[in-house]
Amino acid sequence: MDAFNSGDTAWMLTSTALVLFMTPGLAFFYGGMVRSKSVLNMMMMSLSSMGLVGVLWVLYGYSMAFGNDVGGGLLGSPTEHWGLKGLFVGNYVATDAAPDVSFPLVGSIPALVFVGFQATFAIITVALISGAVADRMKFGAWLLFAGIWATVVYFPVAHWVFSFDGVTAETGGWIANQLKAIDFAGGTAVHINAGVAALALAIVVGKRRGWPREPMRPHNLTLVMLGAGILWFGWFGFNAGSAVGSSGLAAYAMINTIIATCAAMLAWLLVERIRDGKATSLGAASGVVAGLVAITPACSSVSPMGAIAVGAIASALCALAVGLKFRFGYDDSLDVVGVHLVGGLAGTVLIGFFADPGSGAAVAGLFYGGGVDQLWRQVVGALAVLLYSGILTFVIALIVKAIFGGKIRISPEDEATGIDETEHAETSYDFSSHRGLAGTAGTPRPDAATPQAAAHVAAGKES
Amino acid sequence: MKLITAIVKPFVLEDVKGALEQIGVLGMTVSEVQGYGRQKGHTEVYRGAEYSVDFVPKVRVEVVADDALADKVVDAVVEAARTGKIGDGKVWVAPVETVVRVRTGERGTDAI
Repeated sequence: MDAFNSGDTAWMLTSTALVLFMTPGLAFFYGGMVRSKSVLNMMMMSLSSMGLVGVLWVLYGYSMAFGNDVGGGLLGSPTEHWGLKGLFVGNYVATDAAPDVSFPLVGSIPALVFVGFQATFAIITVALISGAVADRMKFGAWLLFAGIWATVVYFPVAHWVFSFDGVTAETGGWIANQLKAIDFAGGTAVHINAGVAALALAIVVGKRRGWPREPMRPHNLTLVMLGAGILWFGWFGFNAGSAVGSSGLAAYAMINTIIATCAAMLAWLLVERIRDGKATSLGAASGVVAGLVAITPACSSVSPMGAIAVGAIASALCALAVGLKFRFGYDDSLDVVGVHLVGGLAGTVLIGFFADPGSGAAVAGLFYGGGVDQLWRQVVGALAVLLYSGILTFVIALIVKAIFGGKIRISPEDEATGIDETEHAETSYDFSSHRGLAGTAGTPRPDAATPQAAAHVAAGKES
Repeated sequence: MKLITAIVKPFVLEDVKGALEQIGVLGMTVSEVQGYGRQKGHTEVYRGAEYSVDFVPKVRVEVVADDALADKVVDAVVEAARTGKIGDGKVWVAPVETVVRVRTGERGTDAI
């Protein structure tokens, strides 16, 4: 085991905050794309994922992903680090000057930092799925789905992909150690995983009322662009942080995260200009996210020129793939499939072509004389996650639907009224007060608000 | 007395207001409205999916005027609002039975 390193620890503390910030960023990205009557529910699906998955991660999630393998590289021991057991007891006053630490390390950083860093990955992966079920899924059903999905799908898949032998446990997951597919920061475990889950959940939940006949335009594209900007910012923690150190590998991931994304934005705009005649702001924001998704698995293994190719190719594929839902008739409302599944598949598989032996990962792809050896590993890794997540998500969604008595979505009347009002009793934007119409927005109900107010009313001071 | 209602393009509002002030109109009511006439709406594209937007934003200007002034009001609005392109809008005139100034209770032409 390495010695404790404060530089590595500083960068990983920073990365943890960066990646956590991606989930509110995603909430803005998604929230702007829905109609104004459902923006709060959309953002709440992301925010609630932070609360729910964060707790599950500490209870048993980290242990399932990074505990010692219980067989075949499929699952970590759920009880080894239950409640972070074995990870937090120690003497925490150590510094570089006094390096005799007695607290648990992962590599050169405190295990607790690694726990926090990986928690943010679990959170955003679950949140990503929510874009497929905008405007219509019962909030309680979403929470139940999110909890079961994290437990049954994400935690095991994170073990397959992120748990390397001898890092957090003696034996890790099969994709990382046996198959040796390259997935630096989560093209399979995060994006293919969430993307195919979104498809399965959208099919079980069903289409929005009126889709695709009625226009359902994004209600605030400035929020979408703000969200895309926050995602890009946070993604430096996601990719460069996946080096688990303040290292040359982090630098490699960082530069590729910039340039692949730049190229991807241009590629999406070019597709739009040719196909639709206009380059759109939603297209620019979508291209940014598509590029970030695609470079996520590849940021350590392709050269900077390779990153431009990966970003541009993946983004063009995504820009074409977002139309598939109209052809096949599934209402993946915010294109989680078109961006995350297609972008994740593209990035993961393109490593097999563009992997550069001079890069951080030091593996040669097909275009660099490495033959198809890495390519088949990438394809198998991608398909394994695709099938496992797709099938299990479908089953989980059906179980949640059954638990809710067949009603996994809100009623048609409530959907027409707007899910913000019917599921959360809130309205995102109040435009009535500045027009002198405050009274129409409702009057306060002190009787229901607090015990003190209730006593006040009971005393006859106010009706 | 007449009620003159004009539906015009939003960007000509300042010109219309100026023209009406020139001929001595002392007040008006303006509202943002949506609608379409011969020009229909427009098309928007989101991630490649086309949406036709039927209703386009317009401004409605309402002026109550003495019978003698009504024709001049119509002419002033039409001249100020005309760009010669489709979608310039409409102006119509309707009779008004009475008008009351809320503050003083004055009725009829005095209340305008």
